[in-house]
Amino acid sequence: MTATRLTVFAGLLALALVSVLTGVASLGGDPWLVLVSRLPRTAAAMLAGAGLAVSGVIMQMLVRNRFVEPSTAGTGQSAGFGLVAVTLLYPAAGIWLKMLAAIATALIGTAGFLALVRRLPARDPLLVPLTGIVYGGIIGAATTFLAFERDLIQYIDIWMNGEFSGVMLGRYEYLWIAGALAVLAYLYADRFTIAGIGEDASRNLGLNYRQVMAIGLAIVSVVTAVTVVTVGMIPFVGLVVPNIVSRLLGENLRRTLPVVAASGAGLVLACDILGRLIRFPFEIPVGTVLGVVGAVVFLWLLHVRPRSAR
Amino acid sequence: MIGIRDLDVSLTGSPVLHDITTTLPAGRLTALVGPNGAGKSTLLATLGRLVAPTRGEVELDGRPLLDYPDRELAQRLSVLRQDAPIGPRLTVEDLVSFGRYPHSRGRLTDLDHARVRHAIDRLDLRAFAGRYLDSLSGGQRQRALIAMVLAQDTDVILLDEPLNNLDLAHARRVMQIAREEADAGRTVVVVLHDLTVAAAYADHVVALKEGRLYAEGPSDEIMTPAVLSSLYDTPVSVATVENRRVVLTV
Amino acid sequence: MFARALPDRSVLLALGALAAAAVLYLGIGARGDLGFILMFRGSKLLALITVAVAVAVSTVVFQTISNNRILTPSIMGFDALYLLIQTVLVFTLTGVGFAYLDPYSKFALETGLMLAASLLLFGTLLRNSRDLSRMILTGIIFGTLFRSMTSLLNRMIDPSEFSVIQSASFARFNSVNADLTWLAAGITLLVSGWLIRRHRTLDVIALGRETAINLGVNHDREARHLLTLVALLVSVSTALVGPVVFFGLLAAALTYQVAGTWRHVVLLPLSGLIAATILVGAQTLFERVLGFQASVSVVIEALGGLAFLYLILRKASR
Repeated sequence: MTATRLTVFAGLLALALVSVLTGVASLGGDPWLVLVSRLPRTAAAMLAGAGLAVSGVIMQMLVRNRFVEPSTAGTGQSAGFGLVAVTLLYPAAGIWLKMLAAIATALIGTAGFLALVRRLPARDPLLVPLTGIVYGGIIGAATTFLAFERDLIQYIDIWMNGEFSGVMLGRYEYLWIAGALAVLAYLYADRFTIAGIGEDASRNLGLNYRQVMAIGLAIVSVVTAVTVVTVGMIPFVGLVVPNIVSRLLGENLRRTLPVVAASGAGLVLACDILGRLIRFPFEIPVGTVLGVVGAVVFLWLLHVRPRSAR
Repeated sequence: MIGIRDLDVSLTGSPVLHDITTTLPAGRLTALVGPNGAGKSTLLATLGRLVAPTRGEVELDGRPLLDYPDRELAQRLSVLRQDAPIGPRLTVEDLVSFGRYPHSRGRLTDLDHARVRHAIDRLDLRAFAGRYLDSLSGGQRQRALIAMVLAQDTDVILLDEPLNNLDLAHARRVMQIAREEADAGRTVVVVLHDLTVAAAYADHVVALKEGRLYAEGPSDEIMTPAVLSSLYDTPVSVATVENRRVVLTV
Repeated sequence: MFARALPDRSVLLALGALAAAAVLYLGIGARGDLGFILMFRGSKLLALITVAVAVAVSTVVFQTISNNRILTPSIMGFDALYLLIQTVLVFTLTGVGFAYLDPYSKFALETGLMLAASLLLFGTLLRNSRDLSRMILTGIIFGTLFRSMTSLLNRMIDPSEFSVIQSASFARFNSVNADLTWLAAGITLLVSGWLIRRHRTLDVIALGRETAINLGVNHDREARHLLTLVALLVSVSTALVGPVVFFGLLAAALTYQVAGTWRHVVLLPLSGLIAATILVGAQTLFERVLGFQASVSVVIEALGGLAFLYLILRKASR
């Protein structure tokens, strides 16, 4: 088990190094390049990845379903809706206002999803992601409709398809909020694990279930909204990473959350590096790369069950 | 007569039946018995060509099942699985009428209608004929499915646990119908859990255990404490109550 | 129950509704050279009706094969597969002059590949249809995968071009691929006609695989044939306007409500008529009356998505 952890963290370090060294311009002459572009970009990918992976695992505990994450539960789409709405209503809005709007709609949208999920039968767990994907699709359609008539459609693509090529010093720092929330989540790790066992069990153990739900909801919404506003939605990280980690290390978050965060950071970073290399010197957005990689892993997760469970 | 030769069957890659060779007598009621997971339902589905064997063959009157054209086979052999799901919203009469499809391809004649009515009556469903299946209880739905199979009017009738969901009276009615069909010269094969029922109605018994043929023969020879006890790995006694054999576990 | 009740009243009503929508579509705001406008709008009308019928009929047939009324070909990723095939062809064959092929040859090549690929992929997927949610989810994720691969390939083909990717993400009912309209209409008519002729077999297949086999229908062979036709219809509609995800579901769900029967002799024509009425009516309303640009598809998709959620929740509450 410790070997797994060691591998994960060593891998992450190596990836970060590769990320700093990978790009169109050579590093030889210009130390500024590293400071202004490469390091921020590397940090942004790691922060977004860690935040989304942790959000994914929290969501899975709260919904008690393995196959949900911010992009399959309408959270990302809701954040996008808030962004479009505030841009339409108040075009001069600064980034703070946009972010607050995105956070607010992400909260409402995710709460709506949780309410919807409550009405689904427990015996068919796969209905939950199915419902979430369609729910997100409807919110996405509403957003597209708004944007379409007001010529904002190119922004939608930017917000809904994550990309790090624009990241520079001074234009990504909000992502540290996502990182900070990932750390905060660690303080609540035990409570999320208990909530994941079930509402009755939580009550039995004296947990304030509603409070834990609220905190989890807030973390997920804020991380997702911050990511969407600064770099755009990155799909599947929150789903793929926690599922693989839970297969290797189980689901006691106190133990696994750091690994989840590090693996999420590593996955997004690796996909970003891949996106920089595939069509060098052009870039493929990380959202597109993860769309392919994440979907393949998701399919694998769906059809290959862990050996222990039948 | 149904002949089974060297039959191996796998479901989703894992072997379920091994090396089964036997004959199910024509014009008799055969009970398929055995512990859970013995492969009874799989054997019945293979006999009804719902599942393809990985090795070996099933023959109907000396001719391999696979050699029959689809329609001809459907006129000669019918099979009802457990909990057969029915997609569309049909009435009982609609469903039973589909039993005539192999004969009339959906264009029903007066004869077809008469057969459908007869099947509905035999299962005591006249009052429900116009009701939708999804508004019925599990037992009523099960009877409608059996009625469909009867309307199909075939020489061979294969039923997988037809007594599921049925109350006492209707379970008895279904077994009586199975008996009547066998007495009328049809070959009836039924998967049964209740050994007392099997002992009361079957002429012939085929016992499976862990995917292999464990015992077969006339009902009297198989329904004995010795055979049943080792078949189920649990002590079983057979008592006679009012001239009938009753199978008891201790 | 098998009595002949044709023409069904609901079918006649739907026919009337479609005729009304078509007249409005052709007539509203028509000024100037009437003959020219009618010609121009008429060919667009034909395209819209073709798409609607192709989507609706393929959805009903697909739901019959899969024995489920939540599934549609596009939810399972058929449209996305077609777009991926289009892109892969551009990607691999650009060097040998693929771009200069005439639209018919292109369409034939794309559709041929589409038929083979969908049989391979969805034929296998549908065979393991026991675990329904898993199958649907797999289809949806395949759709995501195909879409991501399409945009990946598009970036590889032309890394600086941005609009290419975007155009593939939803249907455009007002910019129809006009070259193919007549061919598409012909194919749709032929396929739908053949399917309606086979309505009795479809009735039996709707009972489920095992029951259908018991009744003497070679279910697997029939399902393969039907799946091929579904793929053909999806190719037609996607080639004309692009991907339409939930529209088929909406049309099919409405059809079952209105028809109140399981007989495909009613279901198939009715679904086509209802879908065409919705599409032509919505296009008239949005384009001619409200003056919106290209968002009809988005609204129809949102409605279809709501229908999907409604179906899931209703199923859950039972």
